[in-house]
Amino acid sequence: MTPVSRTDSARSWLMFGLGLCWLFVLLWPLLGIGADGVLSFAETFAVWGRIAAAALVCMVVWRLRRSGSLGFLDAPAGSLRDGMARVAAGVPRPVWLIALAALALSFPLYTERYAQDVAVLVLVYVCLGLGLNVVVGLCGLLDLGYIAFYGVGAYTYALLSIHYDLSFWLSLPIAACLAAVAGCIIGYPTLRMRGDYLAIVTLGFGEIVRILLNNWMSLTNGPNGLLGIKSPGIYLPSLADGFSFEHLYMRKLEYLYYVILVLAVFTVIAVRRLNFSRIGRAWEAIREDETAAEVMGVNTFLLKLLAYASGAAFGGLAGVFFAARMRFVSPESFSFMESVMVLAMVVLGGMGSIPGIILGALALIALPEAFRGFELYRMLAFGGAMTVMMLIRPAGLIPAKRMGKRGEEAE
Amino acid sequence: MEIFLQQCINGLTLGGLYALIALGYTMVYGIIQLINFAHGEFFAAGGYVGVILLAWMAAQGMTQSHPWLCMGLALLLTMIYCAMLAMAVERVAYKPLRHSSRLSVLLSALGMSIFLQNGLMLTQGVYDKAYPTEMVSGLVTFGGLQISIMQILILSTTAVLLVGLNALVFRTNVGKAMRATAQDKVMSALVGINSGRIIALTFAIGAGLAAAAGIMVGFNYGSVRYDMGFVPGIKAFAAAVLGGIGNITGAMVGGLIIGMVEVMAAAYIQGGTEYKDVFAFIILIAVLYFMPTGIMGENVDDTRV
Repeated sequence: MTPVSRTDSARSWLMFGLGLCWLFVLLWPLLGIGADGVLSFAETFAVWGRIAAAALVCMVVWRLRRSGSLGFLDAPAGSLRDGMARVAAGVPRPVWLIALAALALSFPLYTERYAQDVAVLVLVYVCLGLGLNVVVGLCGLLDLGYIAFYGVGAYTYALLSIHYDLSFWLSLPIAACLAAVAGCIIGYPTLRMRGDYLAIVTLGFGEIVRILLNNWMSLTNGPNGLLGIKSPGIYLPSLADGFSFEHLYMRKLEYLYYVILVLAVFTVIAVRRLNFSRIGRAWEAIREDETAAEVMGVNTFLLKLLAYASGAAFGGLAGVFFAARMRFVSPESFSFMESVMVLAMVVLGGMGSIPGIILGALALIALPEAFRGFELYRMLAFGGAMTVMMLIRPAGLIPAKRMGKRGEEAE
Repeated sequence: MEIFLQQCINGLTLGGLYALIALGYTMVYGIIQLINFAHGEFFAAGGYVGVILLAWMAAQGMTQSHPWLCMGLALLLTMIYCAMLAMAVERVAYKPLRHSSRLSVLLSALGMSIFLQNGLMLTQGVYDKAYPTEMVSGLVTFGGLQISIMQILILSTTAVLLVGLNALVFRTNVGKAMRATAQDKVMSALVGINSGRIIALTFAIGAGLAAAAGIMVGFNYGSVRYDMGFVPGIKAFAAAVLGGIGNITGAMVGGLIIGMVEVMAAAYIQGGTEYKDVFAFIILIAVLYFMPTGIMGENVDDTRV
């Protein structure tokens, strides 16, 4: 480790102190002046003190690392990491897969309703995250209106189920196709734009879909939403009829858990196959360098449209399940914040990485459930985590293996 | 006819506010090619800090004796506050990423936007906060036209700020440095311009204007909310794109057009009120598709900031 000069250390402490003072000035009007205009410093100091203490700990650790004082920890940490990697590599892959499958299949046997509810939610977000991953992670197009396709899927099933009594299973392909068409409609005019324009236009489209759902009273019943959506039916050999919702009510959640598990596994396999197909490689070529990909004969426009359509189709599938699970849809469920949640999962987990996104969905859905007392701070933490992640680990928790190879070779 | 003129004034007021917000987007985009997603939050923070300062002044009994002085002081302090906030955000979330991919910076900006919005919600609550609109009341009648004094105040403040910004950018050395940095960072650094400082200053000025818009929106509609930065933020971005992103005059014109279209659509199209938010998005998409350089796009390279 290179020796760190004294002035460097002094300078960074000075900046640290200045930053804390700056933060205090920013916090004070928001916390120090009440609605009645009375000044009080107690709350400001309490909040600021906590932030300052946490920041001080981080700063001390960082300075110690920089000066090499924590070097004695590197060797044990390294050997621990090596040991774990050796154990993980020693067990063959099928064993891991079977263990994971057994855990997932037996999950409802040893858990209660609440845990199953959380698991269902996690799996829905796994589907959504993987769908968005096709667009953002594989093809490199930032889509901020992804939740619109989820909404299209949910409303498709809701309307089909209420007006035509169509079954859940038949609605799945229909909704996926409609969502893909919606993806093409949104994708076609936007795909000629550069990255950041695309982001804002998809955001606009997402909002248009939400406003439409909110105001098209005759079709969607507006903000009141649609009631009376049927649960997925099942044909058993003894009964030649679909189960009605009353019959299934007690065990409903277990059945639904298996339905979404099948959907999630299907999505994982499909996205994985897509990723390693000719199309997936073309997407990655577009992500890394669009001009180079086009020169090499990749039809970028068609493939970008395809990325949109297939990402949207996965979102539509998740939407159908969501409508069947809730048996109620309203435009509130498809707000911009939901898009951001899904995007945060993809970004935190690692763009383009399937295990990363599953971990991201687990982290963003299951962790807040574990820390229910801090419910209010959830979105604050999401936003902060997104920025911090971009600063310190832009590739995500489990980075994709093939992300940005080109750059590494150049080094 | 009178109703039409009335709507024109409403559209002008709203458009001026959009123009103030749009300037921040367009200046930042011009200088570092970043869509600053957190910009709408500077606007919302301005609305909140303004009402907080006015509440404090009211508790001191100052608003009764010197209402005009209080409003001016609140405006000035809020603009300084938001400028400081923007400089902090720029230092923490954007500056370390200056050489990373555009997607990273964009996601970092989005994270900051969510962070600030929820920070506002946690410190100030989820409910609307009422503005002391009774500080300025009364109507002026021109023929059959009734204009509230508040509207005149907003229009004139907006005009002063827009003219002041124009003077700053096109008549001072700082403005010259900003334009030089936007055109060529390396070259401007070679002639002794500290580009890091100029970028921070650009953020500060943009946020100051957005903060002024926040206070005026508070006075115009009577209340502020923690999530009020989102939709006006997108509309202002649409205005910036419509005017040709990076172009200061364009952002002003674009803001006025978007404000006018929104007010007129709500007034004269059947069912336009429910869908008034959609028009700005449609304009945005249409402009990006048919003329991505915007209406002032032809001089995008020589006069942009």
